[in-house]
Amino acid sequence: MPLWLIILFMGLVTFALRLLPVILLERIEIPLRVRQALRFVPLAVLSAIIFPEVLQPRGALDLSLGNARLLAGGLAMLVAWRTKNVLLTIAVGMGALWILQAIL
Amino acid sequence: MVTGRSEFLAGVRAELPILLGVVPFGLIFGITALGAGIPPGLAFSMSSIVFAGSSQLIGARLVGAGTPGLIIVLTTFVVNLRHLLYSTSVAPYLKPLSPAWKWLLAYLLTDEAYAVTILHYHRETESPHKHWFFLGAGLALWSTWQASTAAGILLGQQIPAQWSLDFTVALTFIGIVFPALKDRAGVASALSAGVVAVLAVALPLKLGLIVAALTGIGVGMAVESLSPTRRIVEPQPRAASPEEEA
Repeated sequence: MPLWLIILFMGLVTFALRLLPVILLERIEIPLRVRQALRFVPLAVLSAIIFPEVLQPRGALDLSLGNARLLAGGLAMLVAWRTKNVLLTIAVGMGALWILQAIL
Repeated sequence: MVTGRSEFLAGVRAELPILLGVVPFGLIFGITALGAGIPPGLAFSMSSIVFAGSSQLIGARLVGAGTPGLIIVLTTFVVNLRHLLYSTSVAPYLKPLSPAWKWLLAYLLTDEAYAVTILHYHRETESPHKHWFFLGAGLALWSTWQASTAAGILLGQQIPAQWSLDFTVALTFIGIVFPALKDRAGVASALSAGVVAVLAVALPLKLGLIVAALTGIGVGMAVESLSPTRRIVEPQPRAASPEEEA
């Protein structure tokens, strides 16, 4: 599939999810179980990206102190949890990564 | 006197504080997309065609990893499923509008626009023009997203790889996930999805992400159903004990 077609389909799928309930509401209602499930979508998807990024930066599991992304990511998690501030989380995480990459 | 114009401007104003966080996200997307080998024109068009930050970032990374198109589209579907909820929740308010308005506002229905718009719809103020507020918030976000994506694409061509800017994607998601971990079910969902993603990283076609996400959703629901009294029956506030008063 060419890239432009992938992007077009990504757009169509996203737009459909945003539009269908608005124009079909009289005919469909989302069941409670599905609504409960949807609450977990962002948490599950984003965590599924974060974990490998931090634990497997070179493809293989690396739990050692030599893994700069693990240490920087851990620090960022602490900042995110305590401050709930996305910008500060990014700043601290990148700062820590650069320092660790320079000294490790 | 509430007019369409004043509602529109109020929507733009309500969106302004959120835009501060959107700018770096757009920059990161632009840089990530170029890093994944997406040509600048296509990367930029993604921001208006898809117009959904997290799924654009994830999509760009999947493209960079050589994932088949069908899997990328399927992943986009899963990542953006939450928009069904937003759409269902604004649908009653959009009911009197013309089809053109419905299609336009649905296109602008992002996390950030939804967040301020639904609050405005819930406010008791009588106004027949609240859809203009939605439009103001949505367009403010849309233009900021386009501009910051473009800036990221321009910057991205000059940033050396050893800056490790790809890590900002994980950091952005860390900043989004941690404040959202409010109960045991949420934590279980996030943890299980993360662990499965690590274990399933070798699955073909980058299917690991979808398998991990579905696991996290299932585990979250299971834990939630095991604690049925959660928040429904709040424990009675306890009278402060003498030690606490001291």
